[in-house]
Amino acid sequence: MSLAWLIPVIPLLMFAVIVFLGHKLKDKSAYLSIAAIAASFLVSVAVAYDWFIIHHGHGTAEFLIPWAPVGTDVIRMGFAVDSLTVMMLFVVTIVSMMVQIFSIGYMHGDERYPRFFAFLSLFTAAMLSLVIANTLLLMYISWELVGLTSYLLIGFWFQKPEAMRAAKKAFLVTRVGDVGFFLGLLLLYLNTGTVELSGIFAKVEEMALHPVSVPYLGAIAAVILGIFAYGFAGAILKGIKRVPVAIFIGLAVFALAWFLIPHGAVKLTLASIAALLIFWGAVGKSAQFPLHVWLPDAMQGPTPVSALIHAATMVAAGVYLVARMYPVFHADMTALNIVAVVGAFTAVFAATMGIVMNDIKQVLAYSTISQLGYMMMGLGVGGYTAGMFHLMTHAYFKANLFLGSGSVIHGTGTQDMREMGGLRKKMPWTFLTFIIATLALIGFPLTAGFYSKDEILLSAYYWHGGKWIFYAGVLGAFMTAFYMTRLVAMTFFGQPKDPKIHAHESGKVMLIPLFVLATLSILAGYVGTPWKNIIGQYVTFGHGGHHAFSLSVMLAGTLAGFLGIGLASLIWIWPVIRIASLAPALGWVQTLVANKWYMDDIYDIIVIRPLMITARAMFAVDRYLIDLTVNAVAWITMKLSNAWALFDKYVVDGLVNLVAETTKVGGRVLRYVQTGVVQQYAFILVICLLLMSWFFIYR
Amino acid sequence: MPPLSWYLYVSAALFALGLFGMMTRRNSIAMLMSIELMLNAANINLVAFSAYLRGHTMVGQMFALFVIALAAAEAAIGLAIVINIYRTVKHIDADEINLMKW
Repeated sequence: MSLAWLIPVIPLLMFAVIVFLGHKLKDKSAYLSIAAIAASFLVSVAVAYDWFIIHHGHGTAEFLIPWAPVGTDVIRMGFAVDSLTVMMLFVVTIVSMMVQIFSIGYMHGDERYPRFFAFLSLFTAAMLSLVIANTLLLMYISWELVGLTSYLLIGFWFQKPEAMRAAKKAFLVTRVGDVGFFLGLLLLYLNTGTVELSGIFAKVEEMALHPVSVPYLGAIAAVILGIFAYGFAGAILKGIKRVPVAIFIGLAVFALAWFLIPHGAVKLTLASIAALLIFWGAVGKSAQFPLHVWLPDAMQGPTPVSALIHAATMVAAGVYLVARMYPVFHADMTALNIVAVVGAFTAVFAATMGIVMNDIKQVLAYSTISQLGYMMMGLGVGGYTAGMFHLMTHAYFKANLFLGSGSVIHGTGTQDMREMGGLRKKMPWTFLTFIIATLALIGFPLTAGFYSKDEILLSAYYWHGGKWIFYAGVLGAFMTAFYMTRLVAMTFFGQPKDPKIHAHESGKVMLIPLFVLATLSILAGYVGTPWKNIIGQYVTFGHGGHHAFSLSVMLAGTLAGFLGIGLASLIWIWPVIRIASLAPALGWVQTLVANKWYMDDIYDIIVIRPLMITARAMFAVDRYLIDLTVNAVAWITMKLSNAWALFDKYVVDGLVNLVAETTKVGGRVLRYVQTGVVQQYAFILVICLLLMSWFFIYR
Repeated sequence: MPPLSWYLYVSAALFALGLFGMMTRRNSIAMLMSIELMLNAANINLVAFSAYLRGHTMVGQMFALFVIALAAAEAAIGLAIVINIYRTVKHIDADEINLMKW
């Protein structure tokens, strides 16, 4: 167990090796990188053995070293092993390994091939250290590192302007969330005096006893709603020309909200504020509403990156963070309820967009957002085990789906599903693994997703805040089935639509990871079946959260899935329902959803444009006020200098010149004394002699 | 024995001649010779006063001898300088020897 620190360090070292020697190693860097992650995996297995067999998997094993003395306090860094950590170690190392093997084929021939593997290694190292960290500070450092590598890998093909923009967008949007995480960290440090998780958890109950009344929280919410309504109206009316209408609608919603939301003080506690700040960080990283906008754009990165970072691991880090900080959330239920609501809303909201997208990776991206919402919802309703269980199964089958889509993109050369079709026969193995992962995502009975989704729905069903969240979950399950069936139908069924595309099956190096992940997409579910819930015994929080198996809940979730599959099949596989006939009735809905609910435009109107206007205003202030002052000072200084220059010129220089001129004139006159003509000297001598004689004689 | 004033006239004339030569001649050797004339005019004065003034002391005579020795030394050094000047600038014209001027 004491070797656990090796797990992130090995890939980190390999990152350094590949960075410095990449130009020599060339294609061999991939093998080195995979060897490093395989070593990490083996250490993880050893740690897991140690943890479960020798320590019987209870409690937390902590290891700390002093890191930075701050005043009288010493900040310590270290790692902890518990069941949650072990589970995450397996998820990260396995998915990372599979993705890297897949990348050998997918990235073959790329000019920056070694760099790609270096970045993957760095990402894996950061993610693993995030997982095993036991101080909030180390978590934050790793958190930022995975954000950095995400940025680097989204923008890996930086010659594409869209990739560059997507990378910047991802970085900036997640940064908005990171600020929340950091503030939460500071708040916890301030109140508990430590950044170590165990220390924080020990004192967090105390923090929950300190009520902080936030006056007029309702009023603040009304203002935010008003601003959003203004942005939404502006986006639908297409922007700046209809500003008066947008302002009117914004004000109307604001007024409505003002009356409807009770704007008295809302009681929060220090614990729930800290939890909400940390959740804000998770919202950014896990692409929850309203910070989800970066993830679909992040699909500009290479597909293995999408599989590893933007589906399986990094985006799940937000969920992991909430789970890791669960005692803080649990100390005061306010924060947890908000997590549940945001998660449920995101799950449904993102699924709607998944239905209308035509880019295969975009559909999967929205699916990822939706599933992350599902996990958040699971955690929020108290299903700690359920959320983490779904995180694990989702990592496997979503990585599988992304790698499968990578295989499809590799085979066809396009990402647009409208140009695909009939790939079932041309890419049979990809199809087989893809269909397994799809069924797992839908929650088809006996697949991994079936068990984990059922757990979440079960927790949602028993939530104290109302049944509606359960129905939202079922609706999400239905929509997931619907858009995934659509995706599979458009990609693999039917006839090839574009004769120019000659699809071919991918090579073995790309198929093997698909098989491994497809196997896991089924097997991973069997650690948490209703009849033998192994994961529930280990990855658990407190004593609550376990509900008796309910057949009706399971049936509801499963039937929603079947309904979704059936309905989508009737539209896209056996075209009984013609989509065109629905168009007049649903046209405006389609427009709304296909434009991503105008979220990007809303941000454009309420964030980016005001920011630009402010920036321009600041520029004008700079230009006309500050520059003016500077120029005025310069002008006055210049004039004063000119005056002093005159003094210098006529008084000081005059004196100096006077001395010089005097000397010069004196020299010019006296020069005649010394003529060099000997007779003259003699003549003067005689004259002087005569004068002296005259003087002495006739005195 | 002629009166003292005659000697003095001869001496003054000789001195004036020397002085005139000294001032007007451009040739360095001629200038040296003019200086000899002036020195000898002084010698005549010294000897004349020695002979005519009372007491008949030999002071004037002796002083004239000293002056002759001094004149010889002066002529030797002066000629040496003139020779060196000639070697350097190929003439001994005092007007043209102005290298050190200013």
